[in-house]
Amino acid sequence: MRARTFKRHIREGFKNTWRNSWMTLASIGAVTTTLILVGAFLVLLLNINHIAENLEEDVEIKVLVDLTANEEETIAVGEAIERLDNIQSVTFSTKEEELERLMSGLGDEGDVFGLIDQENPLNDAYVVKLVDPTETVNVAEEIATFDHVEDVNFGEDFVQNLFDFNAYARNIGLVLIVALVFTAIFLISNTIKITIFARRKEIEIMQLVGATKWFIRWPFFVEGLLLGFLGSLVPIGFIVGGYYYLEQNIVAVNQFDFVTLIPFAPFVWQVSGIVVMIGVVIGVWGSVMSVRKFLKI
Amino acid sequence: MSKDVKKTRIFDVPLLKTNLDKGDWITMIKMKDVKKTYPNGVQALNGITIDIDLGEFVYLVGQSGAGKSTFIKIIFGDEKASAGDVKVAGHDLVNMKRKEIPMLRRDIGVVFQDFKLLPTMTVYENVAFALEVVEETPKNIRKRVMEVLDQVGLKNKARFIPDELSGGEQQRVAIARAIANYPKLLIADEPTGNLDPDTSWEIMKILEEINAAGTTIIMATHSKEIVNTIKRRVIAIDGGIIVRDQHRGDYGYES
Ligand SMILES: Nc1ncnc2c1ncn2[C@@H]1O[C@H](COP(=O)(O)OP(=O)(O)O)[C@@H](O)[C@H]1O
Ligand SMILES: [Mg+2]
Repeated sequence: MRARTFKRHIREGFKNTWRNSWMTLASIGAVTTTLILVGAFLVLLLNINHIAENLEEDVEIKVLVDLTANEEETIAVGEAIERLDNIQSVTFSTKEEELERLMSGLGDEGDVFGLIDQENPLNDAYVVKLVDPTETVNVAEEIATFDHVEDVNFGEDFVQNLFDFNAYARNIGLVLIVALVFTAIFLISNTIKITIFARRKEIEIMQLVGATKWFIRWPFFVEGLLLGFLGSLVPIGFIVGGYYYLEQNIVAVNQFDFVTLIPFAPFVWQVSGIVVMIGVVIGVWGSVMSVRKFLKI
Repeated sequence: MSKDVKKTRIFDVPLLKTNLDKGDWITMIKMKDVKKTYPNGVQALNGITIDIDLGEFVYLVGQSGAGKSTFIKIIFGDEKASAGDVKVAGHDLVNMKRKEIPMLRRDIGVVFQDFKLLPTMTVYENVAFALEVVEETPKNIRKRVMEVLDQVGLKNKARFIPDELSGGEQQRVAIARAIANYPKLLIADEPTGNLDPDTSWEIMKILEEINAAGTTIIMATHSKEIVNTIKRRVIAIDGGIIVRDQHRGDYGYES
């Protein structure tokens, strides 16, 4: 394609966008609505993922050693655990340390129970972290069968539910985003189809005087690109503004240290980039699809 | 058959941009046993065999539904023949791929009863359009557009939009657009069908000039006056077959 022709297509694309201003607004509206939803989902999904990963990292197995086990037997338990696959770290914690941790967790109330004055009722313990936390249940069950292990503790129900929830959230989020994108393509292609219907005479005449398919298509390509880009501006504003607000406020009221949002930068810019890209794909696809029907040759 | 126009040599045709050597004789349209059945089963053409040479002026006559428009549509690749051979301006239309159709169209100018102008564009833009499509340079486009507008007598109306023109003027714009790209062949489907008699004669005068400069013209018409006054080759179609092919013929129907 010659540079002159390339410029012509771009000029025509802009001109058509401007000339069919109502349809342009309708198309931009469709892209905007979709992208706001897609953007919100994306932010939500990525944050759920982020929180889930944090939680997964916090998951640990506590292995309680038999009260009757001697020092050698206790060490043997630790070594047996270390020999397993998928082990990230094994930390030994004496019963005194366990008591201390329990007391500090309870705060002042610990004194009320008078725990200090009694004989320490706790076990020595190993705290095990896994490389792949989703294997927690299996590994814990295996450790439970070792000699001199009294019990393993990993918040069974919570861990299983967490992993199930994370998997669901990811899949449903992806399906929703894909569905939204296709809905938008459909909307755009219908909106543009109406403008093309009005322009089918122009297309017919172009074909009559010997225009090639791509010569006719290019301006529509440019137009789709433009619509997608313009349609992504407001959603990006929403994402950036909304996320800034959210981060400020959540951080302020956050008492649970596991609920931390993904830091503002570069996260919002990456999401904005993805939103522009999706917008452009939607616009171009919708536009080029809708012109196809009127290209007889 | 007319000897004066039929055997026109390439060097007698100054307006033609052609890669043929000087002195070549060419057949513009060659059809053999052409049939056309539309998807709904209507058999519009039932075996057309015809040769039309470079430089000829041919009237296509026949009652409504005879198959004139179908014949014309096959020539510019708007419809594909169901059977038979079709060669137009050096293109083999039967074995041609769809993407070659634009190249065929650049060798042919087409004019219709309803003008087919773009209402949002000026006269100038409507004509320039045809040259932009073939990626002509802006300088050549400006020059050529004014040239053809001059040829159809509309140089002073270049900035008008179609709605500001009379029917005859609009058809002249359509003709200017059709010849802008130096076509070897101009086909016109009832170009005067929407025009009053006086205006029709103006259009005929322009078509005759274009033909005199060497462009082959095929014109479907219902005008007995025109066919019987400006005597040229007449091809009469009835029920999808050629029933008469006559040099300097008559219209032959009561209109
Ligand atoms: N696109 C089409 N689909 C089906 N039938 C058609 C189509 N175009 C024309 N015909 C039929 O083909 C026959 C010839 O039509 P046409 O070539 O338009 O004749 P003319 O131009 O001589 O009036 C008519 O019977 C017409 O109804
Ligand atoms: Mg007809």
